[in-house]
Amino acid sequence: MSNDHDHHDGNDEHELRVSKIRDGTVIDHVRGGQALNVLAILGIDGSDGEEVSVGMNVPSDRLARKDIVKVEGRELSQDEVDVLSLIAPDATINIVRDFDVVEKHRVERPDVVDGVLSCPNAGCITTSGEPVTSRFAVLEDGVRCGYCGTIVREEIASLIDT
Amino acid sequence: MSRARFASRVNWLAASNGEIQGARHSLHERMRHDHLITSKQFSRADIETVLDYAAEIDADPSAVADRHAGTLLGLLFFEPSTRTKMSFETAMKRLGGDVVDMGSIESSSVKKGETLADTVRVIEGYADALVLRHPKEGAATMASEFVDVPLVNAGDGAGQHPTQTMLDLYTIRENAGLDDLTIGIMGDLKYGRTVHSLAYALTNFDAHQHFISPESLQLPREVVYDLHQQDAPGIREHDSLEEVLPSLDVLYVTRIQRERFPDENEYQKVAGEYQIDSDTLEAASDDLTIMHPLPRVDEIAPEIDETEHAAYFEQAHNGVPVRMALLDLLLSDDKAIGGEGDE
Repeated sequence: MSNDHDHHDGNDEHELRVSKIRDGTVIDHVRGGQALNVLAILGIDGSDGEEVSVGMNVPSDRLARKDIVKVEGRELSQDEVDVLSLIAPDATINIVRDFDVVEKHRVERPDVVDGVLSCPNAGCITTSGEPVTSRFAVLEDGVRCGYCGTIVREEIASLIDT
Repeated sequence: MSRARFASRVNWLAASNGEIQGARHSLHERMRHDHLITSKQFSRADIETVLDYAAEIDADPSAVADRHAGTLLGLLFFEPSTRTKMSFETAMKRLGGDVVDMGSIESSSVKKGETLADTVRVIEGYADALVLRHPKEGAATMASEFVDVPLVNAGDGAGQHPTQTMLDLYTIRENAGLDDLTIGIMGDLKYGRTVHSLAYALTNFDAHQHFISPESLQLPREVVYDLHQQDAPGIREHDSLEEVLPSLDVLYVTRIQRERFPDENEYQKVAGEYQIDSDTLEAASDDLTIMHPLPRVDEIAPEIDETEHAAYFEQAHNGVPVRMALLDLLLSDDKAIGGEGDE
């Protein structure tokens, strides 16, 4: 099976080797430069010893430059995929088991994202110490706070509540 | 009675009683025991039904005087208020009910750091419905998720103020009519929640809206986005009243607040450009109606008060019948709301 995710496991010993994963998830076709935000969404910062490989700004046919994230031993939940779609709308998710890609799907934008993002409006009730989970409606070109109505179109990743 | 007011009354009387009762019954079915958070909840038919009912109550308040005997309305005002709070209190009492008032936040548990979510859950146990004013946007939406009794948004930060909008629409309908309307909305459009609520509600009608403000106080982009989503017939933004004044049927003025400006000089310079006096009005139509949600400071010179243009005190008075109508629709279990044989 030819997979985009492993064709950079080059034979050239001068090239950084990004190994195949055995069981886990490969998130491919992430917009160049967004890989670290993808990890932030997944709550992965390396402190729990996860085996993670990241390729950034790799040449790509579909995107001029793409990032690739490989996470060993972790299959993504639908919620996580939903939120990924906001910053990586072209991403493909490959679920790998025993070195084989067993599932491959594109991300789909959800209608609503609960939690994960925090409202940038200092006057919003959700940023005032109330026991409430943030909720954002997903627009064609951004997200909108379900409480105060603030619309964010750019740098959505900066709203990720880490 | 003005010509427009007379026309609206005749229209109302001319409609068949059955149609009115049917529309009201249907709106009541949807509003009953629900929350009232934003003017986006109302269609044109809903608005007309509320305004018709308010007009009916205005004409004969005694007909609804005892409808809510024993009902308690909880007032939670986390910001100062005179008109809104007193007119809700008056409306509830005129329907036969009463109010329980949290009082000022200085004297309440909020001072001890209690969350809004906790406060509303406590007061819910004391009252049959809640009226909330809060300085944070989205406060009413959030609070409504924690209570089962109807919660009415009486202003959430720079967000919405839907009951004010209903009384504004009532006043516009009485004075100028809601269709074929050209309205100028002037002042602090950025933080003015009455403006945000009203502008959205007016998209249900054939209303051309001109927004007049200094650049720093223009409508939030979110509000403009919503107006465009509604395919509003005419939305234009201006930095000066001069170019649009002659075309206006209604001029809705709001207060520009000192605290929005970094220094006093800047405030004085800007505020002075958005004040109305008799000289300003020389260019206006004789039929121009001037409204203001009040309180005013010096946006409208006192000399205007005695002219035919001034509708702002009438507007404040309209808060009572309009809130009576809304409270009755929210609270009544009686299927014969507002009349007999309403099935």
